[in-house]
Amino acid sequence: METLTAAQASQTKKRPKKTKTNKRSFLKDLIQQKYLYLMSIPFVIWLFVFNYYPIWGWTMAFQNYKPARTFGEQEWVGFDNFVRLFHDDQFYLVLRNTLAMSGMGLVAGLIFPILFAVLLNEVKSMPFKRITQTISYLPHFVSWVVVAGIVTSLLSLDGIVNDILMWLHLIDEPIQIMAKEHWFWGVVTGSDIWKETGWNAIIYLAAITGIDKELYEAARVDGAGRFRQIWNITLPGIRSTIMVLFVMNIGHLLATGYEKQMLLGNDLVSDYSQVLDLYALDYGIKIAHFSYGTAISMFTSVVSILLLFTANGLFKKFAKESIM
Amino acid sequence: MSSKAFNLTRGERVFSIANYVVLTIIVIATVYPFLNVLAISFNDSVDTVRGGIYLWPREFTLENYETIFGYKSLLTGFKISILRTVIGTVLGLLSASMLAYVLSRPDFRSSKFLSTFLALTMYFSGGMVPIYILFRDLNLLGTFAVYVLPGIVSAFNVFVIRSFMDGLPYALQESAKLDGANDFKIFYKIILPLCKPVLATIALFLAVGQWNSWFDTYLYNGNKPSLTTLQYELMKILDSTQQGSAMTNANDLANKMAQVSPESIKMAITIVVTVPILVVYPFLQRYFVGGMTLGAVKS
Repeated sequence: METLTAAQASQTKKRPKKTKTNKRSFLKDLIQQKYLYLMSIPFVIWLFVFNYYPIWGWTMAFQNYKPARTFGEQEWVGFDNFVRLFHDDQFYLVLRNTLAMSGMGLVAGLIFPILFAVLLNEVKSMPFKRITQTISYLPHFVSWVVVAGIVTSLLSLDGIVNDILMWLHLIDEPIQIMAKEHWFWGVVTGSDIWKETGWNAIIYLAAITGIDKELYEAARVDGAGRFRQIWNITLPGIRSTIMVLFVMNIGHLLATGYEKQMLLGNDLVSDYSQVLDLYALDYGIKIAHFSYGTAISMFTSVVSILLLFTANGLFKKFAKESIM
Repeated sequence: MSSKAFNLTRGERVFSIANYVVLTIIVIATVYPFLNVLAISFNDSVDTVRGGIYLWPREFTLENYETIFGYKSLLTGFKISILRTVIGTVLGLLSASMLAYVLSRPDFRSSKFLSTFLALTMYFSGGMVPIYILFRDLNLLGTFAVYVLPGIVSAFNVFVIRSFMDGLPYALQESAKLDGANDFKIFYKIILPLCKPVLATIALFLAVGQWNSWFDTYLYNGNKPSLTTLQYELMKILDSTQQGSAMTNANDLANKMAQVSPESIKMAITIVVTVPILVVYPFLQRYFVGGMTLGAVKS
């Protein structure tokens, strides 16, 4: 969601551009706009060092990198690290977990905020609407450390979730939910829904506000009920917002993060909780196989960009719009 | 929008009631965990093990809070967390607003290059290991700088502020220019004061991000107790107990008592970590809702 606003912001530039330029006028501009250059060049250098230079670090993936050696002394091994990666059973397990959890997150992160925004939009009482919205943001501002603590406590043997399940007679005795490996993906997705639904609904609510009110009036005159209005006016009205967010999130499928998995996981569920970033962390940094870790990082980054371009390409083809 | 002009049908009324019920359940599900944490944090830590604390402490005590304020590492963490939040937010605001201003100037020659250079960083990253190696090569491991340096420029923040600045009348700047003000002066005397709403939003994002991060402490400063952060301390405490509570025989009381930190202590720390943000965010709500939707509405 965060990248959406930015992507759209960069899309909406409408600046008068000089068409004819030459070297002399560039120098003149440089002097005339020296403050503008002084205000931006330090950050360009900064971006270069912290965002662009690490890409050069991908060369490590093709070396047997040893920290003590200089770049010229490194031993080049070609694609050995990738061959090893693609022959590692652990890698496929980790890839499965990453895709499963981000896929579930993608779908849930699409459906729940839209549903919440639509429901909230139907509320006529302003105080109720405002209070509900304010409260719905609350978990977004809390760290994953805190959320993991809360989730662990809610799902513990004497937590409220087990209490409710017992009360509903769905189970006979409390279940140690955090120790069930098959439930881990669900626990992660559920925590994500709890934390981000209200926040992610902001953008849909704004989009709904932009829908022409007369459409609803006309629909009412024609006798359309609330469900018909939601289905035929509200949802089509926010279609492009939904599409843009969906495409952006596809680009983040592999870079789903590691915080949730690291904080909610434990040794009993590690076959289902290990994701690509944590795999890179374990090999790349903890046991100092820097080259192998870099190969994992590089795989993640490259596939993410490919996914984003593919999604954007499909989006362009079908919606005749582009987000990039 | 008066729906009263139309007679509410029975279906409409059922829908309305169902809607209120669903939203109320969502509100309760959101708030309950926090109230539960609060109640447990004020409950006697030995008594908590018996379970059954919901919204109200059974044996009220302030002891848990007294205990945790005695932890030296937590006090260090508190100090470092505040420091990184303040410094990180100030630096982040400064960089984002300067870059946004430069990009918002229609006469700036290199704006196309700059915005592409910036936008690209949103789509790719070198990844965890190359960045770690970079920090090591720059001798940043085990320093305070790892908390504030990496986050200084965020393309997202720049673009949000930029689209706000694009909405300001350009004539303001031109008249100042005629009065002989230089670009930097125009930026901080004229543009910045007008950008307060969007700056408040970005400040909130930056501050929350700084306050809530723990992974950088874990990765870069894990063996540096003097640079620990509040979130990292909480993470360590929760982690030790979580591994314990996942044990199959966690039912037995003696085992639970032997765990590193009692539930009530954990919850008291959780409250200390969470409260500063919860106190601030409702007041900034009108700003950040505007800030979040800025880009979306414009296009």
